[in-house]
Amino acid sequence: MNAARPQTTPPATAMATLLEVSGVSVSFDGFKAINNLSFQIGPAELRAIIGPNGAGKTTFMDIITGKTRPQEGRVLWGEKSVSLLKMSEAKIAQAGVGRKFQRPTVFEDQSVHDNLLMAVKNNRAPFSVLFYRPGFADLARVEELAAEIGLEEELKRKSGELSHGQKQWLEIGMLLAQDPRLLLVDEPAAGMTLSEREQTTDILREAAKTRAVVVVEHDMEFVRRLNCKVTVLHEGSVLAEGSLDHVTKNQDVIDVYLGR
Amino acid sequence: MKSSFITRNPSVLIFLALLALFTIAVTFMSEAFGAGLISTSFVKTLGKTLCLCLIAIAMDLVWGYCGILSLGHFAFFGLGGYMIGMWLMYARTEAIVISSLANAPIPPTAQEVTDAIGTQIFGVVGSSEFPAIWAFADSLFLQLVLVVLVPGALALVFGWLAFRSRVTGVYLSILTQAMTLALALYLFQNDSGLRGNNGLSGLQNLPGVTASQDTVSMWFLWGSALALGLGYLLAAWVVSGKFGSVIRGIRDDEARVRFLGYSVEGYKLFVFTLTAIIAAIAGALYYPQAGIINPAEVAPIASIYLAVWVAIGGRGRLYGAVIGAAFVSLISTWFTGGGAPDINLGFYKILWTDWWLVLLGLSFVTVTLLAPQGISGLFDRLAGFRSPRRHGAALGPDKGSLQEKEATE
Ligand SMILES: Nc1ncnc2c1ncn2[C@@H]1O[C@H](COP(=O)(O)OP(=O)(O)O)[C@@H](O)[C@H]1O
Ligand SMILES: [Mg+2]
Repeated sequence: MNAARPQTTPPATAMATLLEVSGVSVSFDGFKAINNLSFQIGPAELRAIIGPNGAGKTTFMDIITGKTRPQEGRVLWGEKSVSLLKMSEAKIAQAGVGRKFQRPTVFEDQSVHDNLLMAVKNNRAPFSVLFYRPGFADLARVEELAAEIGLEEELKRKSGELSHGQKQWLEIGMLLAQDPRLLLVDEPAAGMTLSEREQTTDILREAAKTRAVVVVEHDMEFVRRLNCKVTVLHEGSVLAEGSLDHVTKNQDVIDVYLGR
Repeated sequence: MKSSFITRNPSVLIFLALLALFTIAVTFMSEAFGAGLISTSFVKTLGKTLCLCLIAIAMDLVWGYCGILSLGHFAFFGLGGYMIGMWLMYARTEAIVISSLANAPIPPTAQEVTDAIGTQIFGVVGSSEFPAIWAFADSLFLQLVLVVLVPGALALVFGWLAFRSRVTGVYLSILTQAMTLALALYLFQNDSGLRGNNGLSGLQNLPGVTASQDTVSMWFLWGSALALGLGYLLAAWVVSGKFGSVIRGIRDDEARVRFLGYSVEGYKLFVFTLTAIIAAIAGALYYPQAGIINPAEVAPIASIYLAVWVAIGGRGRLYGAVIGAAFVSLISTWFTGGGAPDINLGFYKILWTDWWLVLLGLSFVTVTLLAPQGISGLFDRLAGFRSPRRHGAALGPDKGSLQEKEATE
């Protein structure tokens, strides 16, 4: 068991870590949702986070993306180890953290094309967006992304008309459009058919070649197919970390998953 | 660039053509320039209606597109009216004072002229001193600048405080009501410097203009039509591109937009301030046609009516807002102006001046329940458009910005 890592990670490893979360705690009205959690990920790494319901997986993502502010701990980002804790959600996103929510959240009233175009990396300030007109490069990028997520036929359709799985992909496509350095994906396979799941693992594995990807998932088959290092969360802290085979042999993990 | 904008938004061209047609038709039927088929007072009503359509466009931008149910935009409308009213009243009083002192044996000093103007304007509130806020009242140009600057600054400060602390939904609506109520209460005071509940009057008389009201009313109708056309064009341009995508995204799912890296607060502030300025310009054109402005004009209820117009016309469509404002305000004039014949039921007499509000309330409820897209939704249905599906269940037009909370667990 390698839970509760010491907080004294030497700065020499800073080059190899993109995100370093250390000693973070969050409580909601006295209930500790995240308890002295530490976590690290490198610049091009795929990581799965598993854990029972209420383990704090979503809250963990909330902390990184600035939605929830922890009472304790540090969240350091990038080569310069800047703290994400003082940045707004929008600033964190601009710094290169992309996030996919548990429920597919796309702008249903707008076309697939408009959804993707909104996400394509560009200046986000109101005035420059006001005068923005899509250039050739951006339109090509939208086409390319649509092809990547298998929606090139659907570009003109309202995204509210897409199937559940297609919405999930569109959201992943919007994340890729942002060109983030870290992608946080919350339960991407929920409600997907088997073939949709397979395509989703392919998209995620492909994305992880050039960036860090953190995937929260319940489904062990899905995690197995991701074939990556696994972090097990339980009651707001890391219970075990390692390969899937390694953590599933861990007695604590077995107790948590099968104990009750 | 322009041509592609028009081809992408054919409704803009249709709207502008109809507006031009309307203006030409009124001109040829007016007493000043045409056959005299419609009275000058009705020309003024039409001109005022155009201004109400313009503020409805502002309301649609801020509410229908950006999801901010502001119930305070009439405060900006009223402030715009006060700013232009100050110059109108000052300049006209000055002309009267100078002509009456012209016969005096000794030519009056500048100070005497100013004092006389002050006595004329502020006599009703027991004062003759010019308050500091009238410092620029002698300059049309500066007061026109203030038409934009004062409401713009108020919107900027209010919006900055409200949006920065992430006030949304009903709470924001209540806050905007509080703002407009506070402004009205302030203006009601005699020492507010704006003549308390007397307000500013005589605004229909343009200083230095000898043309009759028949002619002046047409000038204002043209000016209002021009402003409405430009306002429509501006609003259509704002919502057509990526900016429109972002603000509609904010309306439907604010958190998601934030995680895409857009500063939601900045966008809201931008839209709130821009629409406040549009509202102020509409007000500055409205009150010279109304002739009088007083604090009751910025009472909280006025801004609620505005939301009702836009809901009845159809949110999220610019022409919907225009239809709603034109339709409801003209009908309202008809009913409250004694145009509608009273109905004698024998045991009870329905006086429309009293019952009009009940009728308006009922039609609001009907539209809410039966045609949530408003009147313009009927056009869309005829054209075979699909109604947009939004995230979560809609809570009805009165709370359009308040979609069922997205599960964020
Ligand atoms: N905003 C909140 N207020 C109160 N409790 C919360 C809040 N967010 C999460 N929690 C609690 O924190 C715990 C962790 O939740 P969550 O991170 O959503 O778990 P997971 O995503 O692993 O299922 C749960 O017990 C949940 O009820
Ligand atoms: Mg969760």
